Amino acid sequence: MTAPPETRTPLLEARGLSRRFGSVQALDQADFDVHAGEVVALIGDNGAGKSTMVKAMTGNLDIDDGELLMDGRRVHFETPHDASDAGIEVVHQDLALAPHLDPAGNMFLGREIVRGGILGKLGFLDNRAMQAEAKRAFQDLGSAVRRVDVPIGEMSGGQRQSVAIARSVSWASKVLFLDEPTAALGVVQTQNVLDMIKRVRDKGVAVVLISHSMPHVLEVADRIQVLRLGRRVATFDGRDASVEQLVGAMTGAIEVHDRSRTTDESKGQA
Amino acid sequence: MTTTNEEVNKGGLLARTTKMQSFWIFVVLVVIIAFFTLMAPGKFATYNNVTNIVQNVSIWAVIAVGMTYIIITAGIDLSVGSLLVFSSVMSAKVMESMGGEGWTTALVGLLVALVSGVAWGLFNGFVIAKAKVPPLIVTLGSLSLALGAAQIMTGGLDIRSAPVVLQDVIGYGRFLGIPAISLISLAVVVIGGVWLHKTRFGRYTYAVGSNEIAARRVGINVDRHLILVYALGGLLCGLAGILSLSQYGTTTIAGQSMTNLNVITAVVIGGTSIFGGQGSMLGTMIGLFIPAVLQSGFVIIGVSPYWQTAAVGAILIAAVYVDQQRRSQVLRGGKPRTKGKQPTTKHPATT
Repeated sequence: MTAPPETRTPLLEARGLSRRFGSVQALDQADFDVHAGEVVALIGDNGAGKSTMVKAMTGNLDIDDGELLMDGRRVHFETPHDASDAGIEVVHQDLALAPHLDPAGNMFLGREIVRGGILGKLGFLDNRAMQAEAKRAFQDLGSAVRRVDVPIGEMSGGQRQSVAIARSVSWASKVLFLDEPTAALGVVQTQNVLDMIKRVRDKGVAVVLISHSMPHVLEVADRIQVLRLGRRVATFDGRDASVEQLVGAMTGAIEVHDRSRTTDESKGQA
Repeated sequence: MTTTNEEVNKGGLLARTTKMQSFWIFVVLVVIIAFFTLMAPGKFATYNNVTNIVQNVSIWAVIAVGMTYIIITAGIDLSVGSLLVFSSVMSAKVMESMGGEGWTTALVGLLVALVSGVAWGLFNGFVIAKAKVPPLIVTLGSLSLALGAAQIMTGGLDIRSAPVVLQDVIGYGRFLGIPAISLISLAVVVIGGVWLHKTRFGRYTYAVGSNEIAARRVGINVDRHLILVYALGGLLCGLAGILSLSQYGTTTIAGQSMTNLNVITAVVIGGTSIFGGQGSMLGTMIGLFIPAVLQSGFVIIGVSPYWQTAAVGAILIAAVYVDQQRRSQVLRGGKPRTKGKQPTTKHPATT
C-alpha cells in the first residue's frame, strides 16, 4: 500500500458511463475514479453532467452503457439502498429530507435505533438515543442545528443542509458524495463543512465534492476532475492547480489531456 | 448548561403544544362541553348521556384509527363504510349458515369479518401503491364495488341475525358500567396511537406522507408500507363491521353511506393534514367527539339537530384553514409571512 495513488486500485471507479435523455447526451463515455482517504472534486459548467454522474454512480439512475467498479470488482447498484449498503452516501442538491420529522428522525430515517428487548422487536423507537447521537453528530460538524426535536420544515435552509450532511457523513463508510454542499450555508458553516470534509477523508473515506466554488475546491481537493459535455476532459493535482486552469478546462478554453488513464489520451483531444 | 438546555426544551414544548391543532381543538371541545353543561344542568353531564355519546362514537373510532394512518400517508379512504357493510354481511352470512348462538360461531364470524376487511384493504393498497391510481379514485371505486357485492349477496335485504352472545356481551354488555363496545374501541385506539407515535411503522407512515422521495432514498419500501397501511384500515373496518352487527343486530347495508365523510371529518378536525406527514391519534379522538357532543347537546337543549350538521361543517372548514396557515408557514421555512420570527428558531438564522 506504499504505491503512489496512480497505480493503486481506485476505491470507486466509473468507466465509460453513458446516458442519453431524449436528444441530450448527458454522459458521453465519462470516466471517474476516487481512492480511499482522498478528496476528489468533480467540477464542470452547468449541464456538464455532474449531477447525472453522481446519480449514475449511486444507484439513482440507470445508465445506457459503462461500468462501475468498487475495489476493482464490478458492481451494480439497482437502488440507492444498494449503494448505501456498500457504504456510499450522497448529500443531494435537493437534500431529500422529510420536513415533518425532526433532525434526529431524519438522520436515522431507514436506520432507526429501536429499544431493547421485546419492545425493540415490536419496533418501538429509542428516540432518546437517536436524539443524543444526532446532537453529537451536529456538534462534531460544528453545525447550527441546536434543537433535535423540532420539525426541520421549520428550520432555515442552512440548518436543513447541515442535517442532510450530518446524516450522510454518519453513514458513509466508503464514499461520501456531496452535491453542492455549501450552497445554502453562511461563511462559518461553509468553513465547518470544508473542515469536516478533511476530517472524513482523514478517517479513510473517499470524498467526492461537486462544487461551483473554485476556492473551496482548491482548498480541500487532492485531485480535481473536470467534466465537459458529459465526459471527463482533465484531471488536476489539487496542489498545483489554479483557478485559471480549472475554468479554462471547464469552458474548453484550454485544451488539456486527461492523463489519469492512457486510453483517455485520444478522447481528451476530441 | 444542562439547566439552560432543559429550560429551552420546556419553553419549546409549551410553544409546540400551543401550536398543535389538536391542542386548540381540545379547547374547543372543552368549551362546547362546558356550554352544554351550563345550559342543561343535570341533563347533559350525566352518566347516561356521557355513556351514550361514548357508545355512539365507538364504532367510528375504530375506523378512524385506520383512517388517521391513511391520511398521514397523504392518502384517503372513501370505502370504509362499504367495507364495514361488506364485512358484516360476510360475517353474518357465515354465522347464519353455521347456526348456533355461542362463542364458536361468534369467533368464526369475527375472523370472517377481519379477513374480509383486510382483503379489501389489500386490494386498495395494491392498486394505489403498485398501479399508481390515486387513492381518491381507488377507494371511490371500492366503495361501489364492496357495497355492490354486499347487495348482490343479500339481494339488498339486511341480515337481521347475530349470535346471542355477540348481542348480549358485545352489543349491550357493560363492564364496570362502561359499554363493552367502547372498551374494545378504546383498546384499538390506544394500541393504534402507541403504534403510530412510538414505533418504526408509525415513523415510516409519517415519512411516506411527508416526503415520499426522501423515504425511498433512505431505503424505505414505500409501496409495501402503503399496502400495509391500507390493509390496516381494512382490518379495522372489518372489526367495525362485527361490532356494528353486535350493536344493531343487523348489517346496516343502507346505513353507512356517510360513514366515510364523518370519519374523515373527525380525522381532519383533529389536526391530521390531508396533505400528509402530520397528525395524531389524540387529535382524531377529539375530532370524533366534537360532532357527537354537539349532536347530543343540541337535542338536550332543544335546538334542532340540523344545527349540528351545519356547525360541524363550519368547524371543519375553520380547522383546515388553521392547518393551511400553519402549513404555508412551515413550507416557507425560516421566512414566516406575517408573524415575524418563529418562537422555535432561537439561534441566528443562517440563510
